[in-house]
Order: sequence, then C-alpha cells, then structure tokens
Amino acid sequence: MQGIKFDWLKSCPEGLYCQPADCFIDPARAVPRALITHGHADHARPGHEKVLATKETLKIMKVRYPSDLAQHQQLNFGEKIRIGEVTVWLAPAGHILGSAQVVMEYQGQRAVVSGDYKRQADPTAIPFEPITCDLFVTEATFALPVFRHPKPESQLEKLLSSLQAFPERPHLLGVYGLGKCQRILLLLRDLGFDAPIYLHGALVGLTELYRSMGFDFGNLLPVQGVAKSDLSSALVLAPPSATIDRWSRRFTDPRIGIASGWMQVRGRARQRRAEIPLIISDHADWDDLLRTCNETQAETVWITHGREDALAYELGKRGQKAIPLRLSGRQEESE
Amino acid sequence: MTPDPARGYALAALTGDLKIPAAKSATIRSLVEKRMDAELFAMSYDYVGDMAETVALIWTDVNYSPPKFTEVVEELQKSNKASAAIALEKWMDRLDTTGRWALLKLATGGLRVGVSARLAKMALAQEFEASVDEVEEIWHSIEPPYDDLFRWLEGSGEKPNYALGAGFRPVMLANPLEEGLLSQLDPLSYVAEWKWDGIRVQAISRDGKKKLYTRTGEDIGYSFPDILNSLDFDAVIDGELLIRDQKSNKLQEAAPFSTLQKRLGRKRPSTKIISEMPAFIRAYDLLFEGEEDLRGFAFEDRRKRLEIWAKNAPSTIDISATIPFKTWQELSKIRSEARETGIEGLMLKRKSSFYLPGRPKNQWYKWKREPLTLDLVLMYAQRGHGRRSSYYSDFTLGAWSDAETLVPVCKAYSGYTDKELVKIDKWVREHTNDRFGPVRSVTPGLVLEIAFDAAQYSKRHKSGVALRFPRIKRLRWDKPISEAETLQHVKSLIQEPQS
Repeated sequence: MQGIKFDWLKSCPEGLYCQPADCFIDPARAVPRALITHGHADHARPGHEKVLATKETLKIMKVRYPSDLAQHQQLNFGEKIRIGEVTVWLAPAGHILGSAQVVMEYQGQRAVVSGDYKRQADPTAIPFEPITCDLFVTEATFALPVFRHPKPESQLEKLLSSLQAFPERPHLLGVYGLGKCQRILLLLRDLGFDAPIYLHGALVGLTELYRSMGFDFGNLLPVQGVAKSDLSSALVLAPPSATIDRWSRRFTDPRIGIASGWMQVRGRARQRRAEIPLIISDHADWDDLLRTCNETQAETVWITHGREDALAYELGKRGQKAIPLRLSGRQEESE
Repeated sequence: MTPDPARGYALAALTGDLKIPAAKSATIRSLVEKRMDAELFAMSYDYVGDMAETVALIWTDVNYSPPKFTEVVEELQKSNKASAAIALEKWMDRLDTTGRWALLKLATGGLRVGVSARLAKMALAQEFEASVDEVEEIWHSIEPPYDDLFRWLEGSGEKPNYALGAGFRPVMLANPLEEGLLSQLDPLSYVAEWKWDGIRVQAISRDGKKKLYTRTGEDIGYSFPDILNSLDFDAVIDGELLIRDQKSNKLQEAAPFSTLQKRLGRKRPSTKIISEMPAFIRAYDLLFEGEEDLRGFAFEDRRKRLEIWAKNAPSTIDISATIPFKTWQELSKIRSEARETGIEGLMLKRKSSFYLPGRPKNQWYKWKREPLTLDLVLMYAQRGHGRRSSYYSDFTLGAWSDAETLVPVCKAYSGYTDKELVKIDKWVREHTNDRFGPVRSVTPGLVLEIAFDAAQYSKRHKSGVALRFPRIKRLRWDKPISEAETLQHVKSLIQEPQS
C-alpha cells in the first residue's frame, strides 16, 4: 500500500476495525462495540454489546430487532465524542433516514467511512455532506459509467402514466422496505398522486415508524384483508421479491414495476419481470461517486463493495490511491 | 397515424425485413472507444452484456433534438461503412439513452420488442380489416417502405402483384387428430400419408429465381445450395426437407431429425458436409405449375398433377407416398407398427380439400405416433414468465447415471394442468436446497412421467442425450426416486448410430 499509512484502521473478517477506539464500523458479525452508519440489514446487525448511531438509526434497529439486547448510544450529527484515543463524529450521508458517515480523527489524520450514500435529493434524508479527509471509505454499488441515475420524478411519471393508461389493472411496485419505500411515497404525494396507496405487510412497520417521526404519507392502507375485487385498480407497494411471488397471486393481471438503480440495465428488468422499470436509487451513481471522492480531497480511497475495480481504475487515473477492500457480507442486490 | 414512409420502415423493423448492411457492431464499438477509456468500456460491456445497450447507456447526453425516423433509415440505407459511422455518431449526440438504444438496435438489426414477424403482420391485417393470409401471400414480393401494400390496405390501390414472383405462399397446416374424432370421419374421403420428421418447406422456381422457404416464410436457401441449384423447373412445391440417410441401404430412407439439425445451423455448408448429408425434398403438394395456380383444386386432383409432374422432377425431389387403407382400424395398425426414425406419424388429408392458408378446420389432420415416456426425477425448477411468473414452472429432469448420481436429460415446461402446477410449485418451495437467481435446486424426491417424441444424442447436454418435445404427462407422487429411469435406458431409446 502506498501513500499515507492507515495502520489504525483496518479491514478484518468482521468488517472495518478502528484499533485505537477498539470498535468496528458496520460489522458483519456480533462485536463488543459497533458504530452503525445506517439501518439496512447488511450494515446494522443484531447481537452487538454496544451500538453507537444516530437517533433514527437506533429507532430503526429497535423496530427491526425488538428483542436485541444491545446497549444503544445516540450521537447527533456533528457532535464529537472520544472513543479510546479517537475523536468520532457523524456527518449526513443522504442514503436513508438517519444515515451517517463516520468521521474518525486520530494523531492528525482524518478518516471518513461513508457507509452507503447518495447525492440526489431525498425528502427522507438529510443531504450528504462531503468531509475533507485523508482516507475516504466509499461504496461502489453503481460504479460503472453505464449507471447514471435520472431524476426520480421522471421515473415516477412513468408509473403515473401507466396508472392512467391501465386504470383497470392493479399496479405492484417493488421497493426496498427501508428508505426507498418511504422516499417514493413522499415523491408520489409531491407529484399530486392523492389516491390511497396500499402496502404489503412487510412495509407497514417501518413506514409507521417514519410516520411517528413526523412524515406525512397521506392515506395508506394495508393489503392484508382487502378483497381481490377491491384491489383491481390499486397502487400497491411491496418488497421486490413479492411482486412476482405467491403473494402477488391475490391480484388480477397486475402490472409490475420495480424501483431500483439496477433497472437501468434491461436484462435486470427482464429478470425481475418488471414491465415498468423505474431507475430510482438510494446509492450514488458513477458521476456522483467520482465527484464525491474528488470533493473529499482524500489522498487514499478504500472501496468497500460493488464494482470496485472500475472505480479503483478511474480514481487511479485521476491521481487518488484507490484500494478495493472486498468486504464480505454486503448485499449488493438489496437495492 | 404514422405517415408514409415511416410506418412502412417501422413495420419492416418489426418483421426483420429492414436491412442496413453498413452498420455493424464493430462500427459502434469504434465510435465509443473514440470517446472514452477502452478499459472502462470493456468493464461496462462485461457487466451489461449487450453492445448496443452498453453504448447507449455510456454515451453522454449532448443536445436532445432527435432525428426523424425516416431520415435515419434512408440515410443509413444509402451509407457505406464510413458514412454510416459518421451518421450514427451525429444522431447519438441528439438522442437520450432510450433513443440511442433504439437507434443502435435498428441499425444493427436487433430491434426486438417481443413481437414476431407473424404477429406484426397480424396486427397490420387487424388494423385494416384484411386477412393476414393475404398479407403473408404478397409479403415476399413487396419491399419496405411498402407504399403499394398500404395503398391496397387503405382501398386506394390494387393488390400488389405477387402471382408471378418467387415469393412465399402461406402454408396449409393440419390440426391434431383429437381422440374419438376418427369414428366420425369416413375413411373413403381421406388420403393417408406419412408425416415425415424433417422441416416443412416451400420450394419455388420461377422467372429464373429459386427460393427455399420454411413454413413461416423464412428464406433458408443459403443453407441448402444442393437443393437450390437443382430446382430446374417452373413450379411451387410444398414438401418436407429431409437428409438422405447415407448409412441405410434403402435409397429412400430419411435420416433422423438430428442429422438435419446439423445442416440447418450452417449458413454456408462445405462440399464435404453436403456430400455427407445430402438434402432432398419429399413433395406433398403442387401449388403452382407454370403460371397455373392449383390451390383452388381439390387435394386428389392436385395429387394427380403432382404425380405426373414428379416424373420429370430433379433427383433432389421425390413424392411422399400415400398409404392405402380401407378402415381406420387398419390404418391405426399401420401407424402403431411404424418405428422408422424419419416418421413422426400419419397425415390424413381430405380428398376434397383446397389448399387453404393457415390451419383450416376439418381438412387435414396430423395423427402423431404414440409418444415415448420416461419416469424422471425433478432436479431443478425455474420461474416461468408472464402469467406463470409467480410459479416454478420450468423443470429440469434427470435420470440415474449410476446408483447415486442424477444427470439432467431434459427440460419440460408444459403438459401439466393449472392444479398440478400449483402442487409442483408448492413441492419445489418445500424441497429447495439451493438457489441460483431464478433457479431452485431441489432435493430429489419427486418423479414426473415425461412424454416425448424421440431421444437423440446431444453434445450440448452433459448426459449426452436430448429428448424432443418433452412434456409432463403425469405426476408420480407414488413412485420412489430409486425406481426412476437410468441414463442407460434413456440412451437405449435412441434410434440413430452414435456419430
């Protein structure tokens, strides 16, 4: 490894480990002390002894793991604390509600672990803040120049025009249950869609949590218990896998949409049987990944998961030392 | 409505008749590599897997002012390689992602939108309340952008002249013989013939033009120059394309279908291939002789004309013999005793039948041989499409290669009822032991009885065998998997020598 040495932060089987603070960031296994960037299951796992995260992330973890015995400690954005010999603070990552970058300062060096992030606007998340640092740890989910996310509104218009063109058919939209679902609900309301929106049971709990924190989604109804005939022209949000699985048989001749960055690629949309592929992602696209790495002015960039080879290659060309970490346990498909 | 000539070009793009020889995949690649890092492009192409799509996605938006469709088609058609590249680059800068994708697919001939040529023609016929057979009939004598076709469809012009061309005529097809129907048919009104196991073709030689079409109108002449060169007559013949069995002593013997498949795949067969696998046509019908259209004659009259005509036919054409019989019982016995590889079953043709396009009722029947059956073990299941996408409906089935090892021998995705599918789907979910994308691997435990038409050697499958038209006949919940068939038994059903 060339450039500045970061022997105080390293990649272990459990995840990223900060030695002078004796804690892990988003560890894949249960550890004594974990810093959690956001509530998605591949970053926030149950079973740790102590968890440090934003208030929202802690609430999400409580909903997801109600019987988890971890000791929670809340940290507000910008609030600095000392863990061992390290100064730690959090900055917004723009990925989902409560998502944070972990900033660590030790012996005059600053490292930022960004978790997952995006630069597009999202009414459910505080916008990403680029933090100048020596080491930037980035994701690379959509790190190929074929991924350029369009404006989400332009994508939802496709769904709305399909609802108009096929008023007699139910529309099932596959969305990731935490973040994507609530972002899309708010965007649909912003676009003037004010009919009731039905939710698959798996989406209800987390959406309820958002509502309790002040988000207004308008009229939402559970699918559970509604007669088939009453769903004949409904807009229904569901986890992506449910849209073509047994659950979907309760709808007559549904039109299937999937909202995901992967929908950019036709083969992926076909695989998902998506008639209405909506390119809406909570991750940074190619341009935003490059822009962000540049804005941090980091001399060294570590790449956690995704298409790390392409990003490492391009950053290298631009004069940043980029190293793929190949962290295990990240679910790149879960977008 | 889309104006002329755009609608004609669009139709041609859907039916696959729009030819733009100057634009190639390599042209497109060179365009993009001029603009971006070749390494990054290669990584992207690796990931997306489709050249046109990768380029469309990777190209940076410049200035959205899309060119007219007709302008694109006409300019590309008169381009050479160099000017096509310049034109494509110019238009790419004026389009968005979807537009670029459509442009590149259009230019390289891959604009598939899930519509077959036949379906496009059906839609056209439906729109103008015309018959799709009439459209099919003139199709091969007309060219994009089809001004004459549209004038005729709109009632402002004559039907395009087709009778003298070497164009494809829509084929007459048979209905399957339903059980119990025979007792209602009079044996004296029907002629019986073998149903040969090759591919149905139409051989045309007129006005100095020679053509060989499949039954859907696809021109396959380039794969069979031996046939094409021999068509030294002025007529339109309907028949079965077969390969002469070189290993048999009988000159008339047809090789199994798998031999024909080897030739069908080759665009330009070598002389060696042609001499090893010589093709011939077994004629069923005579549609035109000279300029005389015989399709309005009864089958028995056409048959007499065919027999006389065949006396002077080239050596690459013989006649499909008729089978004399008096009763259905007698014919049924002949059918069940026939085990030659080149025979798929029997055809019954009403003596009075005209040559009608499509699959007219009560005229011709196909009476296939009883299928072979095998009890095989379910190994993998894959999600279906469309209405079946929530079900595991496509099955890979295996036979025992030894006491402990199953090897896949076929894939089947039909034959079951909706209720049976629900049951298999449930079983698959309960017995999944691994997943690969849309495919589930199951713990062996369910035997399915498979019906199929023939077993043949295959280099493509690990087991070395392939089954033709496999479909699920019965669910054998009762049968332990240890009693399913062995690979050895499956191989014993193959009737061809191993090559």
